[in-house]
Amino acid sequence: MRNKLISDTQAIASLESGMTLGIGGWGSRRKPMSLVRALLRSDITDLTVVSYGGPDVGLLCAAGKVKKLVYAFVSLDSIALEPHFRIARQSGTIPEPVEWDEGMLQWALFAASLRLPFLPTRAGLGSGVMDVNPTLTTINSPYADAEELLAVPALRLDAAFVHMNRADSRGNAQYLGPDLYFDDLFLGACEPGRRFVSAEKIIATQDLLKEGTFHTLKINRSMVDGVIHAPNGAHFTTCEPDYGRDEAFQKAYVDAARDPETWKVFSTRFLSGDESLYQEQVLLWRAEVKAAKEATK
Amino acid sequence: MSNTPALADVIAVACAEAWRGDGEIFASGMGVMQMLGARLARATFEPDLMISDGEAFFIAGDLPIGGTDKVVEGWIPFRSVFDTVAGGRRHVMMGASQIDRYGNTNIANIGPWAKPKSQLLGVRGGPGNTVNNATSFFIPKHQVSVFVPVVDMVSGVGYDRAKKVGGFIAQRHDLRRVITNLGVFDFNTPDHAMRLVTLHPGVSLEDVVSNTGFELVLPDEVLISRGPTTQESAAINIIDPMGLRLREIAS
Repeated sequence: MRNKLISDTQAIASLESGMTLGIGGWGSRRKPMSLVRALLRSDITDLTVVSYGGPDVGLLCAAGKVKKLVYAFVSLDSIALEPHFRIARQSGTIPEPVEWDEGMLQWALFAASLRLPFLPTRAGLGSGVMDVNPTLTTINSPYADAEELLAVPALRLDAAFVHMNRADSRGNAQYLGPDLYFDDLFLGACEPGRRFVSAEKIIATQDLLKEGTFHTLKINRSMVDGVIHAPNGAHFTTCEPDYGRDEAFQKAYVDAARDPETWKVFSTRFLSGDESLYQEQVLLWRAEVKAAKEATK
Repeated sequence: MSNTPALADVIAVACAEAWRGDGEIFASGMGVMQMLGARLARATFEPDLMISDGEAFFIAGDLPIGGTDKVVEGWIPFRSVFDTVAGGRRHVMMGASQIDRYGNTNIANIGPWAKPKSQLLGVRGGPGNTVNNATSFFIPKHQVSVFVPVVDMVSGVGYDRAKKVGGFIAQRHDLRRVITNLGVFDFNTPDHAMRLVTLHPGVSLEDVVSNTGFELVLPDEVLISRGPTTQESAAINIIDPMGLRLREIAS
């Protein structure tokens, strides 16, 4: 019986520069942030990143690790625009931006997970997506309607990160929040070997139905190669029902990103050590904010 | 007391009116005024509309914007939203940073896409929305930098481009309404160029024309946007008790 429990460092050590990495979650919701933070500490670069983008994309852009970015948006949800992504796009530091419709991303991952070369859709046709992605092509329905449809190419991933509420050590994983997003497709589109699930709690297999119904068990162990215990691992994004978004910290992140100097201070404090140091600093930061608030009363 | 209704309430009613006649479909509002419009329509003249909490649930009852006391009537995670879009049983009201004469819209970036002057959200689901389900827009500030001859990136497909694609998309393409702080607009013209439908109370034709960077189709007789009925006013106060709608409008 395989025990797949590993550390975030072990997961990152299996990656190589130039790989295609898919990151689950959506915007600033249930993002595998501890794995992203571990990746920031590595020398890995020249990545192709596929994401319904949030601070994962922002941080990887700020660290100069992104060669190619496949996205439909990058947003922090409660704060609409992601500051590092904006800076990167406006200064042209993402060498190959690939901007698709949200549904195209889903189709590309689904095609890859089904081992199909493409899937047809209408989403994208007539839009600027066709103008800025000249390699996208259409296909005519072979049936009587002969409709011209966009053939979304499969997007195979070399590595995938998703964050779940619960997992067992064998890789069965559970989401307890309102939305799986497309996490199952990110794992499905990924070659076996580097499909990583971080989880708030590692629990015994027989406990998987204690907190949620069987409907929450959409990730099974055949889809997973490594399990990482990561309490508060989605911070500062949402991880319902374990915790909501840390809005105050997200705002501090955005404020820090406005200026290279303030960003240096922020990243030195929070992102230069390992995950336990990050979590420690977050607690300290909260205490400081609270003390400052009380002092001004 | 004057009889002139508050502009924010006129706009809320105009947004709600966009969904009139839609029946049992998903009325999706991206933004405070858009959500208020959808919920107002359901609370009054369009009771079968499906409304989401903006997260993952269909909600029954008149949930205030930002309210958490939800009566859940269904589950609509993102994957189901995408399915509903492709199935066409949805009418979304989005925002737009730019819009042109044929309803091409842009929420992605300002300036050249390759290296934008201002990176905004990205195209999001705009391309899929506009070729699959009915789409309307709420634009809080009607000005020439928004109502432009050509948008910098087409995140939402307009009538001229839909016509070029042809087939299913051209036949079913359905941009309904554009609501701004100055008036209400639609595309019910022979070539689907944007047309003025009503002016909000106190707004002149000149205000609209001088703040629009392309030629609008103007009606022979200009009508004025209506204010809320007593029932609608009551519903607005239930759905937006905090007056969030007032912050949406530069009045």
